[in-house]
Amino acid sequence: MAAFIIRRIVQAFVVMFIISSIGFAVKHNVGDPVWQITGISVSKAERERIREDLGLNDPVYIQYIDFLKKAAHGDLGKSYFYKKPAADVILDKAPATLELVLVSSLIIVVLSVPLGIYAAIYPKRLFSRVIMGGSIVGVSIPVFLIAIMGVYLFSVQLGWLPSFGRGETVNVGGWRTGFLTADGWRHLILPSLSLSSIMLPLFIRLIRSEMMEVLESDYIRYAWAKGLNRYRIWFLHAFKNTLLPVITVGGVQLGITIAFTILTETVFQWQGLGFLFMEAVERSDTALLVAYLMFVGMIMVVVNTVVDIIYGVVNPTVRITGAA
Amino acid sequence: MKKLTCILVALLIVLSLGTAVNAKTLKLAMDADPVSLDPHVQLSGGMLQYSHMVFDPLVRWSKEMTFEPRLAEKWERIDENTVRFYLRKGVVFHSGNPFTARDIVWTVDRLKRSQDFKGLFEPFVGAAVIDDHTVDLITKKPYPLLLNMATYIFAMDSVFYTGTDDQGQPKDAIVKTGYSFANMNESGTGKYRVTERQQGVKNVFTAFADYWDTASPGNVDTIIFTPIKKDATRVAALLSGDVDFIMPVPPQDYDRIAGTDGVKLTTMPGSRVITFQLNQKRRDEFKNPKVRQAIVYAINNEGIAEKIMKGKATAAAQQAPEGYLGYVEALKPRYDVAKAQELMKEAGYPDGFECTMIAPNNRYVNDDKIAEAAVSMLGRINIKVNLKTMPKAQYWDQFDAQTADIQMIGWHPDTEDSANYTEFLLMCPNKETGYGQYNSGNYCNPKVDEIILACQSETDRDKRAAMLQEVERILYNDAAFAPLHWQHLSWAGKDNVNILPIVNVMNFPYFGDLVID
Repeated sequence: MAAFIIRRIVQAFVVMFIISSIGFAVKHNVGDPVWQITGISVSKAERERIREDLGLNDPVYIQYIDFLKKAAHGDLGKSYFYKKPAADVILDKAPATLELVLVSSLIIVVLSVPLGIYAAIYPKRLFSRVIMGGSIVGVSIPVFLIAIMGVYLFSVQLGWLPSFGRGETVNVGGWRTGFLTADGWRHLILPSLSLSSIMLPLFIRLIRSEMMEVLESDYIRYAWAKGLNRYRIWFLHAFKNTLLPVITVGGVQLGITIAFTILTETVFQWQGLGFLFMEAVERSDTALLVAYLMFVGMIMVVVNTVVDIIYGVVNPTVRITGAA
Repeated sequence: MKKLTCILVALLIVLSLGTAVNAKTLKLAMDADPVSLDPHVQLSGGMLQYSHMVFDPLVRWSKEMTFEPRLAEKWERIDENTVRFYLRKGVVFHSGNPFTARDIVWTVDRLKRSQDFKGLFEPFVGAAVIDDHTVDLITKKPYPLLLNMATYIFAMDSVFYTGTDDQGQPKDAIVKTGYSFANMNESGTGKYRVTERQQGVKNVFTAFADYWDTASPGNVDTIIFTPIKKDATRVAALLSGDVDFIMPVPPQDYDRIAGTDGVKLTTMPGSRVITFQLNQKRRDEFKNPKVRQAIVYAINNEGIAEKIMKGKATAAAQQAPEGYLGYVEALKPRYDVAKAQELMKEAGYPDGFECTMIAPNNRYVNDDKIAEAAVSMLGRINIKVNLKTMPKAQYWDQFDAQTADIQMIGWHPDTEDSANYTEFLLMCPNKETGYGQYNSGNYCNPKVDEIILACQSETDRDKRAAMLQEVERILYNDAAFAPLHWQHLSWAGKDNVNILPIVNVMNFPYFGDLVID
């Protein structure tokens, strides 16, 4: 286990290094930040001076070495727009995204497991067909369209839910949370449903098909023959083996969910990392861009490590420390 | 004694009840929030809108483009280089410090150091204290736009901003990309104090109890300002009642807002002109005035204003809109395809030619659609245009490097004066003086340069107007650029928000004067 974790940490550093170089390569193509922080009537000479002061005129490799040196000390550079260290800005905005992702993950788990199992056990029933039909529709509608339709229906037409933002938040030791106020929860509903709309149908279908396959296997037949309680067969014996591929896919999909926060957060003016990233691109706030990529890269590495560990717990035949 | 206390308490209750009834909260959504609390950090519409909330200028523009006294009660020209301002007495800053002439001198000095404002204040020697409430603004040469510039002098609290902060930095430092005291703290004389600020998330402005302008009808005590970047979300926020006032309003939603009960749309002609520049250095064809004229004749800018801009733009034939000194009424849009084809023949290009064009896709209203329309219109005179559109973050680099033969640019003069358009867009490009900084057409007419330079120290309004009009005529006849339209400004709010009285062509809504029924 220790060896596994150490190997993962080394991998994480390699991944970070690669991400940082990609980020750096990208940052020179998103535009010149000096245009974004000066009025249009500012003279060329003045702009050149600012560029010089910010070190933007140095050769790219020198800027990169500079960046790496500072990054080794945990300094990811300064956001031009927020006028603060980029890492601070990221940490400030991370709670919003993490809460959103957490709530949508919960929605996905709470809904996909029972619905998937139901559809697998009673594939011919009308409700199963409705679930499957609905999931096809869900999978094929883009997330921003669902978000905009949600806003139109529930905010503009019905006036039940707020249309944007996080509502009232409470600051708990630097973590600005929307979980502690009713207003915060009201604001969470539409964004988290929109975000979960991408993964929910996928998980229902995945659980269903895996479960159906498992239900056909020999050991389940024996269990039936042995006269075990049906719920014990479904939920303990069959479902446990259904979980393996679901966890693997889940780990990968979590990363995609984070990517989709960019769309969801932009539509809802949800002040999280995805929104931050969009704005950083538009403002050529390059330090923030690279910091975001590194942060998300780190989350991906951590999530995949955790998934691998859970995998080993669920299925002891998979050895995570082994050479294989 | 006891009785007196009772009466005082009763009075207090009555008074507080009185204000409680009138106090209104405005929930405001714009596309972006101020980048800093320091008004000198960046010269942009957003920062000036902020400045008008938290600070006060010496004078400000009225709706009719005249000057309205603010911190200056009156002013007079002492000699050809000096204007004397008599300042309002009894004004205090948010910090409690009294406002005096020294604050104006300090502010002007700081403006001359600000990277964004120093260009505008270049003609100034500075300001001089005469007494506590009298100050002189002195220019190097007679300067006709002195009062225009006084609208940028938002008094900052010199005592508050002097000294060093707890990080050991001077408090008056102007820092664009990092921490500074002034970026995080404000002390102005304006109606509102910044009481909460989460940058990019939420800004709360609270009315300042000792604000001097008690004659203002404004009854908004708290402004909760949330930036909402996405057009559709901003409109939805208004329609769902989550906010009271939005700006800007995307043209595709004009009809919807106008047709919805409970909200209303307010629009007004603006002064930002959208143009194409035809690069004579890259294309020999564009050196020929006939080709340039043919292009102007080929572009149906009235059609663009009507169809693409949904009527919320005024087709232009010159740079400055009506109301500016240089505006010439006789110059009209000249769409005429037959004439354009004729001109192309005369110029020797009956079969046309092929060229490139770039335009931004998120800078001006419908910018990419306008460019696409223009491309198809130029196709009718056999000019085949290869168009590339890009986000503004990448656009200005490309514009500056003149990577295409035809480039789009919009311009709004910081000085609210006709000459400013020409100085930046059409004077001969000159690295030393900085004139023609955005002249990517490389149009160069010494006569135009001469008149504009002479204008700069012509203080006689009528003579100056004649000169500026002469320039517009020359540019028109030369087809120095292809004019499209002046963008209209738009705001929308709930019915009880009286938008029209507080908005103006500069797009600085004077929220201090806002009345909510």
